[in-house]
Amino acid sequence: MTVAPAIEADAVWRTYPMGATTVTALRGVSLRVEPGDYLAVVGPSGSGKSTLMHLLGGLDQPTGGRLAIGGRDVATLTPNQLAQLRNQLVGFVFQSFHLLPRTSAVDNVALPLVYRGTSARARRQRAAAMLGEVGLSHRLDHRPNQLSGGEQQRVAIARALVTDPSVLLADEPTGNLDTATGEAVLGLLERLNRSSGVAVVLVTHDREVAARASRQIVMRDGQVVEQVVG
Amino acid sequence: MRLAEAWRVALGALRANRLRSGLTMLGVVIGVAAVVVLVAIGTGTRYEVERQVEGLGSNLLLVFPGEANFTAAPAVSRLTLADVEAVAQVVGDRDRVAVQVASGETVRADDASRFTSVLGVLDTTPQVFVRDLRRGSYLTRSDVDTARRVVVLGSRVAQDLFGEREPIGSQVTIAGVRFRVVGVFASIGQGLGVDRDDQVHIPVTTAHRLLGTERIDAIAVRAPDRSAIDSLGDQIVAELRERHPETEFSAVTQEEIIGVLGDILGILTWVLAAIAGISLLVGGVGVSNIMLVSVRERVREIGLRKAVGARPRDIGVQFLLEAVLLTSLGGVLGIGLGVGSALLAAELSPVPAAVTGWSMALAFGVSAAVGIAFGVIPAQRAGRLDPVTALRSE
Repeated sequence: MTVAPAIEADAVWRTYPMGATTVTALRGVSLRVEPGDYLAVVGPSGSGKSTLMHLLGGLDQPTGGRLAIGGRDVATLTPNQLAQLRNQLVGFVFQSFHLLPRTSAVDNVALPLVYRGTSARARRQRAAAMLGEVGLSHRLDHRPNQLSGGEQQRVAIARALVTDPSVLLADEPTGNLDTATGEAVLGLLERLNRSSGVAVVLVTHDREVAARASRQIVMRDGQVVEQVVG
Repeated sequence: MRLAEAWRVALGALRANRLRSGLTMLGVVIGVAAVVVLVAIGTGTRYEVERQVEGLGSNLLLVFPGEANFTAAPAVSRLTLADVEAVAQVVGDRDRVAVQVASGETVRADDASRFTSVLGVLDTTPQVFVRDLRRGSYLTRSDVDTARRVVVLGSRVAQDLFGEREPIGSQVTIAGVRFRVVGVFASIGQGLGVDRDDQVHIPVTTAHRLLGTERIDAIAVRAPDRSAIDSLGDQIVAELRERHPETEFSAVTQEEIIGVLGDILGILTWVLAAIAGISLLVGGVGVSNIMLVSVRERVREIGLRKAVGARPRDIGVQFLLEAVLLTSLGGVLGIGLGVGSALLAAELSPVPAAVTGWSMALAFGVSAAVGIAFGVIPAQRAGRLDPVTALRSE
C-alpha cells in the first residue's frame, strides 16, 4: 500500500515580473515529500531554495506546473483556504526565528492555535507541553529578548509543531546560531522527526548540515541538479 | 480567530506603544470633548434664555412701536399714558397692564452713587411681571396718580448705596432730585441681557416730570388666559394703530420670543457642533496615519501570523479593532473631559452649560465611526500584504 505524499511538486515554475522583464526563480522543479521524510534542500544563495520552501509551505503559489499540499492542488485554493492549509498541514522555522516581541514563549508557541479557534486554556496547555518537548519547560513566560538564540529557535520549533503538522519547513534554522547551538537544534529536529513522524524539509546552503538528512536535493539556478539518498 | 482574541491582541498592541497610542488618542479625546462642551454651551444658552423669558411671567404680551423683528432698528415711541388708558380699556382690567419708560441716571445716597436704569412704571408691575420684594412695599396707585418721588431699588443698587444699612425710608437723589426709598426688590438676576437687579422703579408720572417727556417705551399685558393672548394682541395693535395711523405697532407673546430665540440658538448649537466635529475629523486622520505606521512597523509580525494560518480577514480585523479601540477609548475619555469641562465652566463662569445625553451619544458614535472609517484603509493594506514579502522585510 502506498501512502499519499505530504507534498508533491510536479514541474513547478515560479517567475516574478520585475519591471519590464521577468525573473525566473524556479524552472520546472519536481519533488515529493513523503510522510516522515527528512529531506535537505541544498544549494548556493539565489538557487531558488527559499522560493521552493515558500511554495511547499503554501505561502506562495507557482506560476506553472502542479503543486499539491496534503493532496490538494494549491492553484484551486482561495487565500483563506490556503491560510487554513498552512495552519493545519505545515509548520515553519525561519533563520531569524520570527518570534513576536513582547510576547511570552508560551504565547508565541500558542499563536497558530489562535487561528484555529482553540480556547485560551487549551492553547496554553498544548503550548506548554510542546515547550516541554523542546526542553524549555522552565522558560514558559520568558520573552524572546530574555532567551538565548538557541532557546529562541527551540521556541520557534515548538510553535511550528504545536498544530501537529505533517511537514515542518525549516529555512536555514541554524544560520543565526553558533556551531554547538546549531548542532543541538539539528539534533532536536532529528529527534522530533523520528518521534512524531513529522516530515522535515531543511533548506540550507551548508553541505554538512544537508549531509545529515536521509535525502538531499541539490539546486542550482532554479533547477534540481542532483538527488542524493544518504 | 475569535473576536475576543482579536480584542486582546489589539489591546496588547496599543499597550505595547503606550505613548504613541496615548498621543493618537489625544486627538480624538480633544475632538470629542470639544463636541460635548460646545454643544453643552449652546444648549445651556438656549435653556437659559428660555428660562429668562419664561421668568418674566406667563401669558405675557409685549406691545411696542415698530415691527416685531429682531434686526429692525428700534422705532421712536409715540406712545403716551393716554394710549395706555386706551389699551387698559381694550383689556378691560387696568391691573393687567404695565408700562415702562427707561433712562440711565445716577442714583446717590450720601457718599455712594451708582449709574443705573431708572424705569418709570405703573403700580401694576408686580401683577404683570414676576417680581418679588425683599423689603418695604411697591409703588401704589396714589404714588402714580400724584407723581410722588418714591423709589423701589433693585437689590444690587440697594447693596451699593446702603450696604448693610436700612434703605427703607432713606433719601436718595436721582438726577439730582430727592426720592424716598419705599422698597427693595429681591434679587432676580439676568433677563434677556438686562441685569434686573441693576435698576430702580419710580412712578411713570414722576419719571415723565424728571425726564421732561411724555413718552412710553413699551406696554406689557398679562392676558387672562392663554387662549385669549392672540386675539387680545390683535385688538390692542388695532386700537393703537387707530390712535397713531402713521406708526406700526407689534404685539409679541413670550412663546414667540422663545420660538425665535430658540431657533437662532438651535442653529448656533449645530454650528458649534460642526466646528467641533472638524477637530474630531482631524483626530481621525491622526488615527489613520498612526495605523499606517503601525502596519508598516509590524510587517514581519503580519507575515508570521499569515505563515501560521491567519487569513487576510483575521489580520484586517486585528488592525481595524486597534483603530476602533483607539477612537472608542478616546471617545470615552473625551466625553469625560467634555462633561467635566462643561460642568466646571457652568460652575466657575457665567457661561451656561447643559450636558445632554444626545451630544454624548453623538460624539461617541462619531468617534467610533471615525475609527472604522479611518482604520479600514490601513487594515485592508495589512490584510492584503504578501506573506513572503512581509517575512523578508527588515
